[in-house]
Amino acid sequence: MVTDLVIYKEEYDRLEDVLRRLRADSNARAIFLIDKNGQQIAASGELDQFDTTSLASLTAGNVAATDGLAKLIGEREFSVLFHEGKQDHIHISIVGKRAILLVIFDDRSSLGLVRLRVKRASGDMESIFDRMTSKASEALEDVSASRSSPFSEITDEDIDALFSE
Amino acid sequence: MTFINYASKEINCKIVYYGPGLGGKTSNLQYIYEKTSADSKGKMISLATEADRTLFFDFLPLDLGTVRGFTTRFHLYTVPGQVFYDASRKLILKGVDGVVFVADSQVERMDANIESIRNLQENLEEHGFDLKQIPYALQFNKRDLANIVPSDQMYRTLNFKREPTFEAVATQGLGVFDTLRAVAKLILKDLSRG
Ligand SMILES: Nc1nc2c(ncn2[C@@H]2O[C@H](COP(=O)(O)OP(=O)(O)O)[C@@H](O)[C@H]2O)c(=O)[nH]1
Ligand SMILES: [Mg+2]
Repeated sequence: MVTDLVIYKEEYDRLEDVLRRLRADSNARAIFLIDKNGQQIAASGELDQFDTTSLASLTAGNVAATDGLAKLIGEREFSVLFHEGKQDHIHISIVGKRAILLVIFDDRSSLGLVRLRVKRASGDMESIFDRMTSKASEALEDVSASRSSPFSEITDEDIDALFSE
Repeated sequence: MTFINYASKEINCKIVYYGPGLGGKTSNLQYIYEKTSADSKGKMISLATEADRTLFFDFLPLDLGTVRGFTTRFHLYTVPGQVFYDASRKLILKGVDGVVFVADSQVERMDANIESIRNLQENLEEHGFDLKQIPYALQFNKRDLANIVPSDQMYRTLNFKREPTFEAVATQGLGVFDTLRAVAKLILKDLSRG
């Protein structure tokens, strides 16, 4: 079965650091790190300018569709997508197999610059992901040993309360 | 694949509405969208053809409140039902946490229901999931129409593993939240089992 994606504070902060630096270095408007299933992992930049939830879902849909296209013509994946607009442009790349990096930029930056900086940041992020993965599997062992997950305590009442209104 | 973020204290789950074309999947999401207060929902996105048929997916993000201090967020997706959109359907099942099957109760749609459940099983397997294991709810939609199959007969034909099953009239909202609640419960229970 596919494992859950679990993020702890330490890795989350480090990911945000990488995104913040990437945004500054690339002069981008905003940067989003998105899980391949369409959920936002972290973000940086002019976030109030965008509907971030919709962005995450559509970006993942876009990547999934493009992955499908790649397979149809015998490619494993297209690792970079670029959408050019009149003012704003979108650079999409895959990081560490399970995440998508979305960079929104305008003419204060350039495709070349974004490409260069994304490459560097991707390496940093991949090592953070590796750390996340090993932590998650350690935690999984912890849980089966001691039932220490906060969710092992979820009761029927907790769940009913969610739907109470 | 539930996404748990300990930093922002969020649980994100993905629910996919599956079923034959025109069965009422999009109508389920539309009703949920209408009846949810503005602060607990995001924008509903429909990637549809001009004739209003789902082309790729509908998407509706919902915040249901907190469990054990964690904000629980459900991302609802529908798939396009038409047979020839199978590639898109497969993509949307990626990372799914729970499935709602929306069956069309009309007599002439029974074959399409059966075919679609079979297709669901196959596509889940391609992602390494098993319909026997995954949180799953079944809905008999369009109960308001005249030419429908009796519920108990539909149950015998379509119920797969005694999953929670509901009669519905999605356009009027009947059974819509009951179905959503059932699958959400199963997902959270799964989570509590670790
Ligand atoms: N009478 C009736 N019509 C319904 C019901 N649910 C959906 N419909 C109609 O069936 C058609 C297809 O619904 P839609 O939600 O787009 O189906 P989808 O292809 O599964 O997404 C639309 O015209 C709906 O208005 C229902 O419960 N009763
Ligand atoms: Mg639809």
